Amino acid sequence: MDSTIAAISTSSLGVGAINIVRVSGPEAIIIVDKIFSNKKFITAPSHTIHYGFIKDGEKIIDEVLVMLMRAPKTYTKEDVVEINCHGGNITANKILELLLINGAKLAEPGEFTKRAFLNGRINLLEAESVSDLLEAKNENARKMALNGLSGKTTSLIQSLREKMVQLLANIEVNIDYPEYIDELIITKENIEPTLTEIKNELQKIVSESENGKLIKNGINIAIIGRPNVGKSSLLNTLLEEDKAIVTDISGTTRDIVEGTITYHGINLNFIDTAGIRETKDLVEQIGVKKSKEVANKADISILVLNNNENLTEEDKNLMKELPKEKSLIFINKTDLETKITEFKTSIKIIYGSTVNKKGIEELKQEILNIFSLNDMSYKDLTFLFNTRQITLAKQALKNIEHVIEENKKDIPVDMLAIEIKEAWENLGKIIGESYEEELVDNIFKRFCLGK
Amino acid sequence: MKYEIIVVGGGHAGIEAAHIAAFKGHKTLLITMNKKNIGDMPCNPSIGGTAKGIIVREIDALGGLMGRIADISHFQIKMLNNSKGPAVRSLRAQADKVTYPKNMQEALEKTNNLDILEATVEDLIIEKDKVKGVITADQNKIFCDAVILTTGTYLKANVLIGSENTPSGPHGEPRSNYLSDNLKKYGFNIQRLKTGTPQRIKASSIDFSKMQPEYGDNRYWTFSFDNPPAYKINEQQRCYLIYTNQNTHKVILDNLNKSAMYGGYVTGIGPRYCPSIEDKLVRFKDKERHQLFLEPESLYYDEWYLQGFSTSMPRDIQEKMVHSLSGLENAIITKYAYAIEYDAIDPLQIKPSLESKIIENLFTAGQINGTSGYEEAAGQGLIAGINAALKLENKDPLILKRNDAYIGVLIDDLVTKGTAEPYRMLTSRAEFRLILRHDNADLRLREYANKVGSITKEQYQNYLNRLNAIKKGEEYLKETKLKITEDNKKICVENQKEIPASTETLYDLIKRPEITLTFLEKMVNIPFSEEIKEELEIMIKYDGYIKKIYKEVAKMQKLEEKMIPKDIDYQKVKNLASEARQKLEKIRPISLGQATRISGVNPADISILSVYLKKEYGKDEQK
Repeated sequence: MDSTIAAISTSSLGVGAINIVRVSGPEAIIIVDKIFSNKKFITAPSHTIHYGFIKDGEKIIDEVLVMLMRAPKTYTKEDVVEINCHGGNITANKILELLLINGAKLAEPGEFTKRAFLNGRINLLEAESVSDLLEAKNENARKMALNGLSGKTTSLIQSLREKMVQLLANIEVNIDYPEYIDELIITKENIEPTLTEIKNELQKIVSESENGKLIKNGINIAIIGRPNVGKSSLLNTLLEEDKAIVTDISGTTRDIVEGTITYHGINLNFIDTAGIRETKDLVEQIGVKKSKEVANKADISILVLNNNENLTEEDKNLMKELPKEKSLIFINKTDLETKITEFKTSIKIIYGSTVNKKGIEELKQEILNIFSLNDMSYKDLTFLFNTRQITLAKQALKNIEHVIEENKKDIPVDMLAIEIKEAWENLGKIIGESYEEELVDNIFKRFCLGK
Repeated sequence: MKYEIIVVGGGHAGIEAAHIAAFKGHKTLLITMNKKNIGDMPCNPSIGGTAKGIIVREIDALGGLMGRIADISHFQIKMLNNSKGPAVRSLRAQADKVTYPKNMQEALEKTNNLDILEATVEDLIIEKDKVKGVITADQNKIFCDAVILTTGTYLKANVLIGSENTPSGPHGEPRSNYLSDNLKKYGFNIQRLKTGTPQRIKASSIDFSKMQPEYGDNRYWTFSFDNPPAYKINEQQRCYLIYTNQNTHKVILDNLNKSAMYGGYVTGIGPRYCPSIEDKLVRFKDKERHQLFLEPESLYYDEWYLQGFSTSMPRDIQEKMVHSLSGLENAIITKYAYAIEYDAIDPLQIKPSLESKIIENLFTAGQINGTSGYEEAAGQGLIAGINAALKLENKDPLILKRNDAYIGVLIDDLVTKGTAEPYRMLTSRAEFRLILRHDNADLRLREYANKVGSITKEQYQNYLNRLNAIKKGEEYLKETKLKITEDNKKICVENQKEIPASTETLYDLIKRPEITLTFLEKMVNIPFSEEIKEELEIMIKYDGYIKKIYKEVAKMQKLEEKMIPKDIDYQKVKNLASEARQKLEKIRPISLGQATRISGVNPADISILSVYLKKEYGKDEQK
């Protein structure tokens, strides 16, 4: 890490009033000094701001404010200089170009953060969060990334690990001092409550984290139903644009059409599907097969039914196939005469019409209700939210569930201790307190490390 | 007279070192300050205990003496932790303090190539950082090729009772005054450690009727893999359990400032795992009582050992303390409890082979390395003896890994983490303890022992026979099905067990947690010995857990194989935390695996080091 790197740190769209070009590394100050008019800059104390011009030879490029931050109290723990220049891509690009000409290297994506990690300023989890922050797709995702960064996730995991350590310590004392009968004797019965408590907390973390994943990536919603009930119209109404082809001839929508809206800070990704029904038309068969696949992969499904028609056998079959906790029924065309026969289902029903846009708002609301995501914007978003973290938490949960099961079968405590320790280590890997090679590898892949 | 190997000290470490070096055919001299004290047990009258019992089994598997001699010298033996799972079972024997040293001395006398000399070693002969011999107090120079120091608690020892501080070894034996100063001169970091021992009580003054007896096991056990039991179950002696009470606590707390520890008379650091009674009271204020055990020291004299009551209080307070205990109201104290302070070296200055990093061919083992306990000392002594011999034979040292043996864990901990207090082995120190069991010590270690030549042909054959019997037993269990006869159904119902399907083999059935071999034996003939049955039952029943451990072992080995180049310059590894850099520079771990175990080196430092190694040395060179 002897090189000095530079990059435009503000958005690549360059739409703001100012842009920031950041330089980090042992020669950051010297390189900037070569193109900066203010001659007091190079000897100035750390953490000061300097006014002047960026010059290409004699030619003035921009009027700027330059922040000087000497190592080690900087983001990367190296010398860092940030040049605040005027907005627009042209100026910032020109300044960057000058820096590169004068000896800086163009920073790879995430390289400032990589240096911050390697220089010991941030831990792996924080590094992971920074990269998540950079990739954040909406406000809630950004908030979650920030929480990861502030160590909120870390302290949550740490308190759980502490509980496990206490349980393990009790078991170990019993094993190493077997004849001290005055100490709490570990029995099948008295470890059960602690294990259950740990299990419940882990379950909470895992399920909230699953929500976290939804917040980050959005909820995938499949719109299904037999042909010509208004699936594409519903999608268009939701997206408020004419993306899917709408016709009266049944079976025209063969491709899966996606569209995303942000509702209460959550991305809703809608997937249209061709009408699901048994058909002899080969092209349509592919469409139907694909639809079922998509519906299976989606986080939830909306079954669209036609208010103006009798319920068919197909409708009934579809209803049976849907998991009730991850489905909604939208009865469309309430502007027309009600011909639909009465039926019983435990799936939540919303009545509405794409023609007069009734029930649409309610439908969106119910989608969030399914995931209890309504008040998300007010919540403390303290979750694990990348796949690596969630997988480890799930693994820890699986360990503890297995321990509880084995404990019931009278498996001796020294065996149970093995798996409790495994759970403890899995949680440790989340927060970088156990060394995990895969973690280092994974993160460095994201940060493009290497020669 | 020239020897190949000289062992300094005749305690549990010295005995094993001298015996195995001589056994391997090297002309060996054991120098002790008092021949009569060879194999002496200055503290508790027992061999084994949790984790320690497994070390004794390992010593036996590797050809050491401790297990064999304990087997013929005890008057009670029991398996601890029987109910807590196979990984933590461990034997403990109440060894006779007269018989044990006597049998040990006889065994050494019978050992070829071994001479014993009564003398005090004051200095080493060193040429070009290589040891060449020892110099005794009478300025006698004895030359040799390798030296093993097993000086126990004798280096500049001070015995403390209350404010009395007497320069002396245990039992009023003379101490070694000069050796540790000379070691310091050669560059060893000397640290001061402390341990203690409780009172001895005259048997005839004890009212045993007020105490709860503790018996030996009702089945036969041996530490040794080669010898049959030499005792009779019904001739075992009892120990007794008693408790401290509020009066005891009042006496101690009222006089706390008179104790050597709390009065500020001790500078050494004592073991947390074996605290004095005043430590226990101060640290666990809320406990209403503490457990104590009364154990006979020998069948040949009438003193009992009051386990758990070690203290550095003055004599008059000790009288009051002992008399406050139920059943000891009129007890006569034959020896007062005392604390003992002594010099030890910093184990970070020794290699995993137990050879010094500073002086070539100099090995250290036992309390001088900062450990506590007879078994820990003996285990190290054995390894130091084997490795000194291997060094002279120009062979690679025997380095047991953490997944091979408790002895491996012990030495790795010492040379990687160092120790600030006397180190005692605990099962919780062994992360792979499920595969480091009492029952399989021979399976783990006899191949190594055979390779380094530390066991006899017969001992190796015993192991091969057992291995074969296990294999045959496993086949039998896999081939044999339980016949579901009316009688067998009845037995299942009587024992509240599900009636198995007729297609299931015995092997399948044992996998079920609720079905034991003992239960199956009620219905089907299982034709092998108790030991083989035990071995197979553990292997089959806990197979899933054992596999899990092997996975962990593989993970560790992967890191263990990532060698750190010997000439690595840690100054060049940027961004290491400064504590980590200091520790790495001092310990110079041989692998990334060893580096992960150094305290003060965090996972983040390991990540940085791992990245540095990848970048600087490339993938191939790490292999």
